[in-house]
Amino acid sequence: MIEFLMPSLGADMEDGTLVAWRKKPGDTVKRGDIIAEVDTQKGLIEIEVFEEGTVGELLIKEGTKIPVGTPMALINTDGNQAATEKKPGPAVQKPEEKQSQIQPTEEPLPNKPAEQDVAKKRIKASPLAKKIAEDNNIALSGITGTGENGAITKHDVEIAIAKKGTGIPQEKQLNGPVYDKATPSESIRLAVAAAMSKSNREIPHYYLEKKIDMSTGLNWLKNTNKSRPVQDRLLPVSLLIKAVASALDEVPQLNGAWKDGLHLKNEINIGFVVSLRTGGVVVPTIPQADLKTVDEIMNILNDLIPRARALKLRSSELGNSTITLTNLGEGGADTVFGVIYPPQVAIVGFGNTSEQPFAENGMLGLRPVINVTLAGDHRATDGLTGSRFLASLNKYLQNPNAL
Amino acid sequence: MTQQEIKEDLFILLKQIAPDTEPSTLEPDENIREKLNIDSFDTLQFIISVNEKFGIDIPEEDYGKITTIQSLSIYIDTKLKV
Repeated sequence: MIEFLMPSLGADMEDGTLVAWRKKPGDTVKRGDIIAEVDTQKGLIEIEVFEEGTVGELLIKEGTKIPVGTPMALINTDGNQAATEKKPGPAVQKPEEKQSQIQPTEEPLPNKPAEQDVAKKRIKASPLAKKIAEDNNIALSGITGTGENGAITKHDVEIAIAKKGTGIPQEKQLNGPVYDKATPSESIRLAVAAAMSKSNREIPHYYLEKKIDMSTGLNWLKNTNKSRPVQDRLLPVSLLIKAVASALDEVPQLNGAWKDGLHLKNEINIGFVVSLRTGGVVVPTIPQADLKTVDEIMNILNDLIPRARALKLRSSELGNSTITLTNLGEGGADTVFGVIYPPQVAIVGFGNTSEQPFAENGMLGLRPVINVTLAGDHRATDGLTGSRFLASLNKYLQNPNAL
Repeated sequence: MTQQEIKEDLFILLKQIAPDTEPSTLEPDENIREKLNIDSFDTLQFIISVNEKFGIDIPEEDYGKITTIQSLSIYIDTKLKV
Protein backbone atom coordinates (compact mmCIF):
# COMPACT_ATOMS: atom_id res chain seq x y z
CA MET A 1 0.00 0.00 0.00
CA ILE A 2 1.41 3.37 -0.91
CA GLU A 3 0.11 6.84 -0.47
CA PHE A 4 -0.20 8.78 -3.67
CA LEU A 5 0.82 12.37 -2.91
CA MET A 6 0.14 15.71 -4.52
CA PRO A 7 3.25 16.03 -6.68
CA SER A 8 5.51 19.04 -6.89
CA LEU A 9 5.73 20.30 -10.44
CA GLY A 10 8.54 22.73 -9.77
CA ALA A 11 10.18 24.77 -7.08
CA ASP A 12 7.48 27.39 -7.32
CA MET A 13 4.54 25.08 -6.71
CA GLU A 14 3.09 25.02 -3.21
CA ASP A 15 -0.35 23.59 -3.74
CA GLY A 16 -2.84 22.41 -6.31
CA THR A 17 -6.61 21.99 -6.58
CA LEU A 18 -7.94 18.55 -7.35
CA VAL A 19 -10.36 19.14 -10.20
CA ALA A 20 -11.31 15.57 -11.06
CA TRP A 21 -10.43 12.00 -10.28
CA ARG A 22 -9.89 9.99 -13.43
CA LYS A 23 -9.74 6.69 -11.56
CA LYS A 24 -12.07 5.30 -8.95
CA PRO A 25 -11.48 2.84 -6.11
CA GLY A 26 -10.94 -0.64 -7.49
CA ASP A 27 -9.52 0.53 -10.83
CA THR A 28 -6.19 -0.97 -11.75
CA VAL A 29 -3.47 1.48 -12.65
CA LYS A 30 -0.14 1.10 -14.33
CA ARG A 31 2.85 3.38 -14.62
CA GLY A 32 1.98 6.45 -16.68
CA ASP A 33 -1.80 6.24 -16.25
CA ILE A 34 -3.59 9.50 -15.51
CA ILE A 35 -5.15 9.30 -12.08
CA ALA A 36 -6.33 12.87 -11.61
CA GLU A 37 -6.52 16.35 -13.02
CA VAL A 38 -5.08 19.08 -10.86
CA ASP A 39 -5.35 22.81 -11.38
CA THR A 40 -2.02 24.50 -10.70
CA GLN A 41 -0.45 27.82 -11.45
CA LYS A 42 0.85 26.17 -14.59
CA GLY A 43 -2.58 25.22 -15.84
CA LEU A 44 -4.68 22.10 -15.68
CA ILE A 45 -2.21 19.25 -15.27
CA GLU A 46 -2.89 15.57 -15.79
CA ILE A 47 -1.31 13.70 -12.89
CA GLU A 48 0.27 10.36 -13.64
CA VAL A 49 0.93 7.41 -11.36
CA PHE A 50 4.31 5.75 -11.21
CA GLU A 51 3.25 2.49 -9.60
CA GLU A 52 1.24 -0.49 -10.70
CA GLY A 53 -1.63 -1.56 -8.51
CA THR A 54 -5.23 -1.03 -7.60
CA VAL A 55 -6.68 2.28 -6.53
CA GLY A 56 -7.78 2.07 -2.91
CA GLU A 57 -9.42 4.92 -1.09
CA LEU A 58 -9.56 8.39 -2.64
CA LEU A 59 -8.62 10.64 0.26
CA ILE A 60 -9.31 14.03 -1.25
CA LYS A 61 -12.58 15.36 -2.58
CA GLU A 62 -12.78 16.97 -5.99
CA GLY A 63 -12.57 20.72 -5.66
CA THR A 64 -10.19 20.68 -2.70
CA LYS A 65 -7.01 22.71 -2.68
CA ILE A 66 -4.16 20.85 -0.99
CA PRO A 67 -0.47 21.51 -0.38
CA VAL A 68 2.26 19.61 -2.24
CA GLY A 69 3.01 16.31 -0.48
CA THR A 70 -0.54 15.75 0.81
CA PRO A 71 -1.73 12.13 0.46
CA MET A 72 -4.41 12.08 -2.27
CA ALA A 73 -5.18 8.40 -2.60
CA LEU A 74 -4.09 4.99 -1.44
CA ILE A 75 -2.76 2.62 -4.07
CA ASN A 76 -2.60 -1.06 -3.30
CA THR A 77 0.54 -2.39 -4.93
CA ASP A 78 0.60 -5.87 -3.43
CA GLY A 79 -2.47 -7.22 -5.19
CA ASN A 80 -4.45 -7.49 -1.97
CA GLN A 81 -7.40 -5.25 -2.52
CA ALA A 82 -9.15 -6.14 0.71
CA ALA A 83 -6.40 -4.52 2.75
CA THR A 84 -7.49 -1.13 1.46
CA GLU A 85 -10.97 -1.40 2.85
CA LYS A 86 -9.71 -2.38 6.27
CA LYS A 87 -7.75 0.78 6.68
CA PRO A 88 -9.25 3.07 9.29
CA GLY A 89 -9.89 6.70 8.41
CA PRO A 90 -6.58 8.34 9.08
CA ALA A 91 -3.62 6.72 7.33
CA VAL A 92 -1.99 5.30 10.42
CA GLN A 93 0.70 3.05 9.04
CA LYS A 94 3.83 1.58 10.42
CA PRO A 95 6.83 3.32 8.95
CA GLU A 96 8.11 0.18 7.27
CA GLU A 97 4.77 -0.35 5.52
CA LYS A 98 4.48 3.18 4.39
CA GLN A 99 6.06 3.94 1.08
CA SER A 100 5.27 7.53 0.48
CA GLN A 101 5.77 8.34 -3.11
CA ILE A 102 6.24 11.80 -4.38
CA GLN A 103 6.75 12.46 -8.00
CA PRO A 104 9.85 14.24 -9.18
CA THR A 105 10.29 16.85 -6.54
CA GLU A 106 13.03 19.36 -6.60
CA GLU A 107 12.32 21.05 -3.33
CA PRO A 108 12.04 19.97 0.22
CA LEU A 109 8.46 20.22 1.36
CA PRO A 110 7.79 23.62 2.83
CA ASN A 111 6.91 23.81 6.48
CA LYS A 112 3.45 25.18 6.51
CA PRO A 113 1.77 26.94 9.34
CA ALA A 114 -0.87 24.78 10.99
CA GLU A 115 -3.85 26.66 9.67
CA GLN A 116 -2.83 25.99 6.10
CA ASP A 117 -2.74 22.31 6.82
CA VAL A 118 -6.42 21.87 7.29
CA ALA A 119 -6.83 19.80 4.16
CA LYS A 120 -3.89 17.65 5.09
CA LYS A 121 -5.65 16.38 8.16
CA ARG A 122 -7.74 13.39 7.28
CA ILE A 123 -11.24 13.56 8.64
CA LYS A 124 -11.74 10.84 11.22
CA ALA A 125 -14.94 8.92 10.73
CA SER A 126 -16.10 5.37 11.17
CA PRO A 127 -16.50 3.38 7.94
CA LEU A 128 -20.26 3.17 8.52
CA ALA A 129 -20.52 6.91 9.11
CA LYS A 130 -18.60 7.50 5.89
CA LYS A 131 -20.85 5.24 3.92
CA ILE A 132 -24.04 6.81 5.26
CA ALA A 133 -22.64 10.30 4.61
CA GLU A 134 -21.69 9.35 1.08
CA ASP A 135 -25.06 7.73 0.35
CA ASN A 136 -26.82 10.87 1.58
CA ASN A 137 -24.47 13.26 -0.15
CA ILE A 138 -23.31 14.83 3.10
CA ALA A 139 -19.82 16.33 3.36
CA LEU A 140 -17.94 14.92 6.37
CA SER A 141 -16.04 18.19 6.54
CA GLY A 142 -19.19 19.94 7.74
CA ILE A 143 -19.84 17.51 10.61
CA THR A 144 -18.49 17.79 14.14
CA GLY A 145 -17.47 14.38 15.42
CA THR A 146 -18.48 13.23 18.93
CA GLY A 147 -16.66 9.89 18.87
CA GLU A 148 -13.21 8.96 20.11
CA ASN A 149 -10.65 11.68 19.30
CA GLY A 150 -13.38 13.65 17.56
CA ALA A 151 -14.17 10.90 15.06
CA ILE A 152 -17.50 11.20 13.28
CA THR A 153 -19.94 8.47 14.19
CA LYS A 154 -23.05 7.10 12.53
CA HIS A 155 -25.09 9.14 14.99
CA ASP A 156 -23.31 12.39 14.04
CA VAL A 157 -24.06 11.74 10.39
CA GLU A 158 -27.70 10.97 11.08
CA ILE A 159 -28.05 14.29 12.93
CA ALA A 160 -26.42 16.04 10.00
CA ILE A 161 -28.86 14.39 7.58
CA ALA A 162 -31.77 15.53 9.72
CA LYS A 163 -30.42 19.10 9.82
CA LYS A 164 -29.92 19.07 6.06
CA GLY A 165 -33.62 18.54 5.69
CA THR A 166 -34.19 21.73 7.68
CA GLY A 167 -31.98 23.78 5.36
CA ILE A 168 -29.13 24.29 7.77
CA PRO A 169 -26.05 24.65 5.64
CA GLN A 170 -23.85 21.59 5.77
CA GLU A 171 -21.79 21.75 2.61
CA LYS A 172 -19.42 24.38 3.88
CA GLN A 173 -16.03 23.89 2.29
CA LEU A 174 -13.06 23.64 4.60
CA ASN A 175 -10.79 25.16 2.05
CA GLY A 176 -12.61 28.17 0.79
CA PRO A 177 -13.40 28.60 -2.88
CA VAL A 178 -12.73 25.72 -5.19
CA TYR A 179 -10.61 27.75 -7.55
CA ASP A 180 -8.37 30.68 -7.09
CA LYS A 181 -9.82 33.86 -8.43
CA ALA A 182 -6.67 34.56 -10.44
CA THR A 183 -6.96 33.98 -14.20
CA PRO A 184 -4.56 31.42 -15.72
CA SER A 185 -2.27 34.12 -17.05
CA GLU A 186 -2.22 35.90 -13.68
CA SER A 187 -1.36 32.72 -11.83
CA ILE A 188 1.39 31.86 -14.32
CA ARG A 189 2.75 35.36 -13.80
CA LEU A 190 2.80 34.68 -10.05
CA ALA A 191 4.52 31.31 -10.55
CA VAL A 192 7.23 32.92 -12.68
CA ALA A 193 7.56 35.73 -10.17
CA ALA A 194 8.04 33.31 -7.27
CA ALA A 195 10.63 31.15 -9.02
CA MET A 196 12.62 34.05 -10.43
CA SER A 197 12.60 36.00 -7.15
CA LYS A 198 13.91 32.94 -5.35
CA SER A 199 16.58 32.54 -8.00
CA ASN A 200 17.70 36.13 -7.79
CA ARG A 201 17.71 36.03 -4.00
CA GLU A 202 19.64 32.81 -3.60
CA ILE A 203 21.69 32.07 -6.69
CA PRO A 204 24.90 33.97 -7.42
CA HIS A 205 24.83 33.90 -11.21
CA TYR A 206 27.86 34.15 -13.49
CA TYR A 207 27.38 34.82 -17.19
CA LEU A 208 29.32 33.71 -20.26
CA GLU A 209 28.69 34.31 -23.93
CA LYS A 210 29.94 32.73 -27.12
CA LYS A 211 29.25 33.61 -30.74
CA ILE A 212 28.68 30.47 -32.73
CA ASP A 213 28.83 30.25 -36.52
CA MET A 214 25.62 28.54 -37.57
CA SER A 215 26.38 28.14 -41.30
CA THR A 216 27.22 24.44 -41.03
CA GLY A 217 24.23 23.71 -38.80
CA LEU A 218 21.77 25.68 -40.93
CA ASN A 219 23.07 24.08 -44.15
CA TRP A 220 22.63 20.69 -42.58
CA LEU A 221 19.04 21.60 -41.68
CA LYS A 222 18.38 22.99 -45.15
CA ASN A 223 19.61 19.81 -46.84
CA THR A 224 17.72 17.62 -44.41
CA ASN A 225 14.48 19.57 -44.88
CA LYS A 226 14.75 19.79 -48.67
CA SER A 227 13.64 16.23 -49.22
CA ARG A 228 10.96 16.30 -46.53
CA PRO A 229 7.28 17.19 -46.61
CA VAL A 230 6.53 20.28 -44.55
CA GLN A 231 5.08 18.17 -41.72
CA ASP A 232 8.44 16.46 -41.14
CA ARG A 233 10.70 19.48 -41.31
CA LEU A 234 13.09 20.32 -38.52
CA LEU A 235 13.40 23.69 -36.84
CA PRO A 236 16.84 24.98 -35.85
CA VAL A 237 15.87 24.73 -32.18
CA SER A 238 15.72 20.92 -32.38
CA LEU A 239 19.39 20.93 -33.40
CA LEU A 240 20.24 23.39 -30.61
CA ILE A 241 18.54 21.23 -27.98
CA LYS A 242 20.38 18.12 -29.14
CA ALA A 243 23.72 19.99 -29.19
CA VAL A 244 23.14 21.28 -25.64
CA ALA A 245 22.35 17.74 -24.45
CA SER A 246 25.49 16.36 -26.08
CA ALA A 247 27.65 19.12 -24.61
CA LEU A 248 26.17 18.41 -21.15
CA ASP A 249 27.22 14.82 -21.56
CA GLU A 250 30.77 16.14 -21.78
CA VAL A 251 30.38 18.75 -19.04
CA PRO A 252 27.92 17.14 -16.62
CA GLN A 253 28.65 19.59 -13.79
CA LEU A 254 26.00 21.94 -15.22
CA ASN A 255 23.31 19.26 -15.21
CA GLY A 256 22.07 19.04 -11.66
CA ALA A 257 20.52 20.68 -8.65
CA TRP A 258 21.87 22.73 -5.74
CA LYS A 259 20.59 21.52 -2.40
CA ASP A 260 23.23 22.13 0.29
CA GLY A 261 25.77 21.19 -2.33
CA LEU A 262 25.79 20.23 -5.98
CA HIS A 263 23.85 17.08 -6.85
CA LEU A 264 24.55 15.90 -10.36
CA LYS A 265 21.74 14.21 -12.26
CA ASN A 266 22.19 11.16 -14.41
CA GLU A 267 19.41 12.01 -16.82
CA ILE A 268 19.71 15.06 -19.03
CA ASN A 269 16.17 16.48 -18.92
CA ILE A 270 16.04 19.80 -20.71
CA GLY A 271 13.42 22.30 -19.63
CA PHE A 272 12.36 24.18 -22.73
CA VAL A 273 10.96 27.66 -22.23
CA VAL A 274 7.67 28.16 -24.07
CA SER A 275 6.43 31.73 -24.06
CA LEU A 276 2.73 32.35 -23.86
CA ARG A 277 1.42 35.07 -26.09
CA THR A 278 -0.61 36.44 -23.20
CA GLY A 279 2.54 36.74 -21.08
CA GLY A 280 4.40 34.34 -18.83
CA VAL A 281 6.29 31.18 -19.64
CA VAL A 282 5.75 27.46 -19.19
CA VAL A 283 8.74 25.13 -19.10
CA PRO A 284 7.94 21.56 -20.17
CA THR A 285 10.67 18.93 -20.10
CA ILE A 286 12.34 17.12 -22.96
CA PRO A 287 13.39 13.96 -21.13
CA GLN A 288 16.76 12.34 -21.72
CA ALA A 289 17.48 14.60 -24.65
CA ASP A 290 21.01 13.22 -24.99
CA LEU A 291 19.61 9.80 -25.91
CA LYS A 292 17.21 11.15 -28.54
CA THR A 293 17.79 11.96 -32.19
CA VAL A 294 17.16 15.43 -33.60
CA ASP A 295 14.03 14.03 -35.27
CA GLU A 296 12.76 12.61 -32.00
CA ILE A 297 13.34 15.95 -30.28
CA MET A 298 11.40 17.74 -33.04
CA ASN A 299 8.53 15.27 -32.61
CA ILE A 300 8.48 15.96 -28.89
CA LEU A 301 8.39 19.72 -29.53
CA ASN A 302 5.52 19.26 -32.00
CA ASP A 303 3.59 17.55 -29.25
CA LEU A 304 4.67 19.64 -26.26
CA ILE A 305 4.57 23.23 -27.50
CA PRO A 306 0.88 23.39 -28.50
CA ARG A 307 -0.12 21.66 -25.25
CA ALA A 308 2.11 23.95 -23.22
CA ARG A 309 0.47 26.97 -24.88
CA ALA A 310 -2.95 25.51 -24.12
CA LEU A 311 -1.79 24.85 -20.50
CA LYS A 312 -2.49 21.15 -20.96
CA LEU A 313 0.55 19.26 -19.75
CA ARG A 314 1.09 16.08 -17.78
CA SER A 315 2.77 15.95 -14.40
CA SER A 316 5.74 14.03 -15.82
CA GLU A 317 6.31 16.81 -18.32
CA LEU A 318 6.87 19.44 -15.65
CA GLY A 319 9.16 19.71 -12.73
CA ASN A 320 11.93 17.23 -13.41
CA SER A 321 14.14 19.31 -15.68
CA THR A 322 17.83 19.28 -14.87
CA ILE A 323 18.72 22.40 -16.87
CA THR A 324 16.75 25.04 -18.78
CA LEU A 325 17.09 26.21 -22.36
CA THR A 326 15.59 29.45 -23.61
CA ASN A 327 15.52 30.28 -27.28
CA LEU A 328 14.35 33.71 -28.44
CA GLY A 329 14.15 32.60 -32.07
CA GLU A 330 14.32 34.65 -35.22
CA GLY A 331 13.88 38.36 -35.28
CA GLY A 332 14.19 38.95 -31.54
CA ALA A 333 16.99 40.23 -29.35
CA ASP A 334 20.53 39.10 -30.19
CA THR A 335 21.43 37.91 -26.72
CA VAL A 336 19.51 36.62 -23.71
CA PHE A 337 21.01 36.24 -20.25
CA GLY A 338 18.79 33.79 -18.44
CA VAL A 339 17.76 33.56 -14.80
CA ILE A 340 18.38 30.07 -13.41
CA TYR A 341 15.31 28.07 -12.44
CA PRO A 342 15.98 26.79 -8.92
CA PRO A 343 17.21 24.34 -7.85
CA GLN A 344 18.90 23.89 -11.24
CA VAL A 345 22.40 25.26 -11.62
CA ALA A 346 22.46 26.55 -15.20
CA ILE A 347 20.39 28.05 -18.00
CA VAL A 348 21.44 28.23 -21.65
CA GLY A 349 20.18 31.14 -23.76
CA PHE A 350 20.03 31.39 -27.55
CA GLY A 351 19.40 34.75 -29.18
CA ASN A 352 18.40 35.70 -32.71
CA THR A 353 20.54 34.26 -35.51
CA SER A 354 21.78 37.09 -37.70
CA GLU A 355 24.33 37.62 -40.43
CA GLN A 356 27.50 39.02 -38.92
CA PRO A 357 31.06 39.61 -40.07
CA PHE A 358 32.93 36.57 -38.90
CA ALA A 359 36.70 36.13 -39.00
CA GLU A 360 38.17 32.65 -39.29
CA ASN A 361 41.59 31.43 -40.41
CA GLY A 362 42.60 34.93 -41.36
CA MET A 363 39.56 35.41 -43.58
CA LEU A 364 36.62 37.70 -43.00
CA GLY A 365 33.21 36.63 -44.21
CA LEU A 366 29.51 36.98 -43.53
CA ARG A 367 28.04 34.15 -41.55
CA PRO A 368 24.79 33.42 -39.74
CA VAL A 369 25.84 33.81 -36.12
CA ILE A 370 23.98 32.98 -32.94
CA ASN A 371 24.91 34.38 -29.54
CA VAL A 372 24.77 31.64 -26.96
CA THR A 373 24.92 32.47 -23.27
CA LEU A 374 25.29 30.42 -20.18
CA ALA A 375 24.20 31.59 -16.75
CA GLY A 376 25.73 29.35 -14.12
CA ASP A 377 25.25 29.02 -10.38
CA HIS A 378 28.59 30.12 -8.95
CA ARG A 379 28.03 28.04 -5.83
CA ALA A 380 28.01 24.93 -8.03
CA THR A 381 30.48 25.66 -10.80
CA ASP A 382 32.99 28.24 -12.00
CA GLY A 383 33.39 30.13 -15.24
CA LEU A 384 35.91 27.64 -16.54
CA THR A 385 33.33 24.84 -16.44
CA GLY A 386 30.80 27.03 -18.19
CA SER A 387 33.39 27.98 -20.77
CA ARG A 388 34.17 24.33 -21.48
CA PHE A 389 30.46 23.70 -21.97
CA LEU A 390 30.12 26.51 -24.54
CA ALA A 391 33.22 25.29 -26.39
CA SER A 392 31.77 21.78 -26.49
CA LEU A 393 28.42 23.13 -27.69
CA ASN A 394 30.21 24.94 -30.52
CA LYS A 395 32.05 21.76 -31.47
CA TYR A 396 28.76 19.86 -31.83
CA LEU A 397 27.07 22.61 -33.80
CA GLN A 398 29.98 22.57 -36.26
CA ASN A 399 29.48 18.85 -36.72
CA PRO A 400 25.72 18.21 -36.84
CA ASN A 401 26.13 14.84 -38.53
CA ALA A 402 27.64 13.57 -35.30
CA LEU A 403 24.53 14.51 -33.31
CA MET B 1 -10.96 30.33 -55.76
CA THR B 2 -10.52 34.11 -55.71
CA GLN B 3 -7.68 35.82 -53.89
CA GLN B 4 -10.23 37.24 -51.48
CA GLU B 5 -11.40 33.72 -50.64
CA ILE B 6 -7.80 32.62 -50.16
CA LYS B 7 -7.26 35.53 -47.77
CA GLU B 8 -10.30 34.64 -45.76
CA ASP B 9 -9.11 31.06 -45.46
CA LEU B 10 -5.69 32.32 -44.35
CA PHE B 11 -7.29 34.39 -41.59
CA ILE B 12 -9.09 31.27 -40.34
CA LEU B 13 -5.85 29.25 -40.37
CA LEU B 14 -3.98 32.00 -38.54
CA LYS B 15 -6.73 32.24 -35.95
CA GLN B 16 -6.33 28.52 -35.28
CA ILE B 17 -2.59 28.91 -34.77
CA ALA B 18 -2.81 32.06 -32.68
CA PRO B 19 -6.31 32.10 -31.17
CA ASP B 20 -5.68 35.20 -29.09
CA THR B 21 -4.86 37.39 -32.09
CA GLU B 22 -7.09 39.09 -34.63
CA PRO B 23 -5.64 38.13 -38.04
CA SER B 24 -8.36 39.96 -39.97
CA THR B 25 -6.87 43.26 -38.81
CA LEU B 26 -3.70 42.51 -40.80
CA GLU B 27 -3.01 44.98 -43.59
CA PRO B 28 -2.23 43.21 -46.89
CA ASP B 29 1.44 44.24 -46.79
CA GLU B 30 2.05 43.84 -43.06
CA ASN B 31 4.53 41.22 -41.88
CA ILE B 32 2.35 38.43 -40.50
CA ARG B 33 4.87 37.11 -37.97
CA GLU B 34 5.79 40.51 -36.60
CA LYS B 35 2.24 41.82 -36.40
CA LEU B 36 0.77 38.73 -34.74
CA ASN B 37 3.89 37.99 -32.72
CA ILE B 38 4.20 34.46 -34.08
CA ASP B 39 7.39 32.49 -33.42
CA SER B 40 9.14 30.05 -35.73
CA PHE B 41 7.31 27.08 -34.28
CA ASP B 42 3.89 28.59 -34.96
CA THR B 43 5.08 29.75 -38.37
CA LEU B 44 5.88 26.14 -39.24
CA GLN B 45 2.45 25.06 -37.96
CA PHE B 46 0.87 27.76 -40.14
CA ILE B 47 2.78 26.61 -43.22
CA ILE B 48 1.74 23.03 -42.52
CA SER B 49 -1.90 24.13 -42.29
CA VAL B 50 -1.60 26.10 -45.58
CA ASN B 51 -0.07 23.02 -47.19
CA GLU B 52 -2.92 20.85 -45.99
CA LYS B 53 -5.69 23.34 -46.75
CA PHE B 54 -4.62 24.23 -50.30
CA GLY B 55 -2.69 21.11 -51.18
CA ILE B 56 0.38 23.03 -52.30
CA ASP B 57 4.00 22.32 -51.49
CA ILE B 58 5.95 25.21 -49.97
CA PRO B 59 9.70 24.55 -50.07
CA GLU B 60 11.75 26.06 -47.29
CA GLU B 61 13.54 28.47 -49.65
CA ASP B 62 10.18 30.10 -50.42
CA TYR B 63 9.46 31.04 -46.81
CA GLY B 64 10.94 34.48 -47.44
CA LYS B 65 8.44 35.12 -50.24
CA ILE B 66 5.34 34.62 -48.14
CA THR B 67 5.72 37.01 -45.24
CA THR B 68 2.54 39.06 -45.84
CA ILE B 69 -1.09 38.19 -46.51
CA GLN B 70 -0.80 39.80 -49.94
CA SER B 71 2.36 37.92 -50.97
CA LEU B 72 1.13 34.64 -49.52
CA SER B 73 -2.23 34.77 -51.24
CA ILE B 74 -0.58 35.59 -54.58
CA TYR B 75 1.85 32.72 -53.99
CA ILE B 76 -1.01 30.29 -53.30
CA ASP B 77 -3.05 31.59 -56.22
CA THR B 78 -0.10 31.10 -58.58
CA LYS B 79 0.60 27.59 -57.29
CA LEU B 80 -3.05 26.59 -57.61
CA LYS B 81 -3.15 27.69 -61.25
CA VAL B 82 -0.06 25.66 -62.20
